[in-house]
Amino acid sequence: MSEVIVITSGKGGVGKSTTTANLGVGLAMRGKKVVLIDTDTGLRNLDLLLGLENRIMYDLVDVIEGRVEIKKALVRHKKYENLQLLPTSQVKDKSAVNPADLMALCDELRKEYDYVLIDCPAGIEQGFQTAIAGADTAIVVTMPEVSAVRDADKIIGELGRSEKDNIKLIINRIRPAMVDSGEMMDMDDINDILAIKCIGQVPDDIKVVTSANRGEPVVGDSDSQAGRAYANIVGRIMGEDIPFMKFEKQGFFDKLKKAFGM
Amino acid sequence: MLDSLMHIFKSEKSGKVAKRRLQMVLIQDRASVSPEVMERIRDEIIQVISKYMVIDKTDMEISLENVDDSVALVANIPVQNVKHHR
Repeated sequence: MSEVIVITSGKGGVGKSTTTANLGVGLAMRGKKVVLIDTDTGLRNLDLLLGLENRIMYDLVDVIEGRVEIKKALVRHKKYENLQLLPTSQVKDKSAVNPADLMALCDELRKEYDYVLIDCPAGIEQGFQTAIAGADTAIVVTMPEVSAVRDADKIIGELGRSEKDNIKLIINRIRPAMVDSGEMMDMDDINDILAIKCIGQVPDDIKVVTSANRGEPVVGDSDSQAGRAYANIVGRIMGEDIPFMKFEKQGFFDKLKKAFGM
Repeated sequence: MLDSLMHIFKSEKSGKVAKRRLQMVLIQDRASVSPEVMERIRDEIIQVISKYMVIDKTDMEISLENVDDSVALVANIPVQNVKHHR
């Protein structure tokens, strides 16, 4: 049984592509056959986060317009061989692909892969409607900030109007120290507001940035909290019952202790 | 009194403030109803009330209004006569 999952958020910059890359790598690490589709046409980035930017020959628009077969356009990951990327075009715009095109493509890919993950563009315009068209499940990524939560609510409403009722939430970039001091909403607060099943909370972790710098998604790094958080989300997507992790505090004294090797 | 109240609000942690503000604004965001739906609600309310009362359909008003922390469906329906059922 394969599943087509769209990763969306409404607001830009909350970590949709980072989440897509990490879930894709995480599922591939667990032995699943995975294909990632970047639908943020004109603003291609998933290739860069996966370290595949130099290996792209063809893109989503080439496939949709029939210039190349899907198999030729897919880029296989060097390290995670179960993972393939269908990058999008950096020169065309969102109108180059329509919902029916993407739905047909998803149905084709469904036959061969366990998971098809779609990285959705920001906004609620045509690009969003195209990205969600073929999906069984939507994962909404948000952050514990007022604008990101409001936009997530808007997206949840739009998904409902498009009869996408299987919606899950990931809360990204949580700062545990701020939550502890009451200066940031926590998972329970956001659950109260959005009333959507939360399948993950990912702490703000410098390793997310350093791993993106190298094109190696952080889920491969079990030393990092964010990496473990993504690995847990992968397990939950596969139907495992995994409790939410307690974040390690990284206060001033903890850092000092670490610096002195204590 | 007012000062101490102000003080309580100011010392409220920003996480709680964020939650409270979001809950309020989302009620309004979610309550945005298209004119077609409002028209349907209006027609059905008329049907129900007309079983019991004679109402002035031209002067009636129905709208969604923000009242304090919540959104209310406010209806102003002039009643001309009450039908007496035996």
